[in-house]
Amino acid sequence: MKHLRSIDELGAKGLLELLQLTVHMAEINQRPVPKVPALRGRTVASLFFEDSTRTRLSFETAAKRLSADTLTFNVSTSSVNKGESLRDTVATITDMGADAFVVRHKSVGIPWQIEQWTKASIINAGDGAHQHPTQALVDCYTIREATHTARFDGMQITIVGDIKHSRVARSNIQAFTMLGAKVTLVAPPTLLPPDVSHWPVEVNHHLDDVIPTSDVLYMLRLQSERMSQGHVPTLREYSEQYSLTQKRVARLRDSAIVMHPGPMNRGVEMQIDPSDIKNSLIHRQVANGVSVRMAVLFDLLGSGANLGGQA
Amino acid sequence: MSINARLNTPHEVMSATDVRRAIVRIAHEIIERNHGIDGLAIVGLQRGGTWIAEAITKQINEIESSVTVPVGALDVSLHRDDIGIRPVSLGAITDIPFDLTGATVVLVDDVLFTGRTVRAAMEGLNNYGRPRAVQLAVLIDRGHRELPIRPDFVGKNLPTQKDDDVSATSDGVRITAMNSSNK
Repeated sequence: MKHLRSIDELGAKGLLELLQLTVHMAEINQRPVPKVPALRGRTVASLFFEDSTRTRLSFETAAKRLSADTLTFNVSTSSVNKGESLRDTVATITDMGADAFVVRHKSVGIPWQIEQWTKASIINAGDGAHQHPTQALVDCYTIREATHTARFDGMQITIVGDIKHSRVARSNIQAFTMLGAKVTLVAPPTLLPPDVSHWPVEVNHHLDDVIPTSDVLYMLRLQSERMSQGHVPTLREYSEQYSLTQKRVARLRDSAIVMHPGPMNRGVEMQIDPSDIKNSLIHRQVANGVSVRMAVLFDLLGSGANLGGQA
Repeated sequence: MSINARLNTPHEVMSATDVRRAIVRIAHEIIERNHGIDGLAIVGLQRGGTWIAEAITKQINEIESSVTVPVGALDVSLHRDDIGIRPVSLGAITDIPFDLTGATVVLVDDVLFTGRTVRAAMEGLNNYGRPRAVQLAVLIDRGHRELPIRPDFVGKNLPTQKDDDVSATSDGVRITAMNSSNK
């Protein structure tokens, strides 16, 4: 694998291989000294044109635990402010010896565009409302860890909220269905994309209908920063119908698990503290983020899979 | 029979019984060398060394029934010096459920060849604590060392060509001569 840009590009086989590799990385993170020399001498550059806490820090932690060097590009203090183009920025960092770029950008397709300007591997850390493949890997790994099942055949996964703007939803729908799960989307019609009828999912507009039959309830953040206007009448009305409340949690199955990719909007889609939910995996999602990203970096830079037949 | 008929055909150099006897002898040698089993821990290298480590430990625990010697497994693939040079497949994970600090650790592998796996293992081991001493037991020493590494306990010294294939299981040890001109 040369790049990780979308779950469909990765494919089911690649998905399963990365999930297996993550088991090894999780063991490293349990050690008294959680660091291996595997990627010594490699350089990972993070190129974030959008804000991030979890993804950027977990990629940097992952790179460091594999002994790679890290370059962090901070848009707000960079020469982008002097008018340097994306192309020149990528070329500059490539010249400094970056072996991989971790890219987040508001525009769809940037990771494919950048490929033409660098020999380095490219990891998509979010491109617009398109893809966020490492988040999907984290979520699949977290569900596996909690349910002790390798595949999700027959599992009912419900994704709730702002589907339209969510790259997490798009990556997760692909990954969950690759592993055999049945996915139901719950959102008001205004927060569903126009082409949803072509997706391998069911759609329901009423959260209360699907609560009792869900094995996994995946809450999405309402992305107010991407809303021009008119997607929801008021935040209060949205919360009334689509937020997770004490009452709704009580109607979940005993074994049902609750997930959220973060950051959370407390009082909007989450009207309950996650620590009050018995089977919340929200903390596991963050903890597993490092192991998953170690697996991705190792696969791209260290596994020898890119040697092109030399083996 | 022409010389070529033997190429690419496995040839048995140790039978299952030979392997079992070598393991019993190594178990005795480990106890003798360390004047008992105080502070002893056995660590097999994933994946070929783990079954031998378990067999040696079982044997030691039968000889010295007073204390139980702990056994672990170490995967060295992320500590290797050839990462990025050849494909890596991680087959098994490390499982060392005890503290190594102050212990006398006997590393166990099936075949000692270049010594690079053992170097990686010594580096990996340090992440689990600081052993008092590290010793090395191997079922087969086939020579061709590329590093200054020497085993403390050996099942059998086996002279080989560099491109021969040596496989060691509990059913016996087999060597396959590879004709490089046929590749």
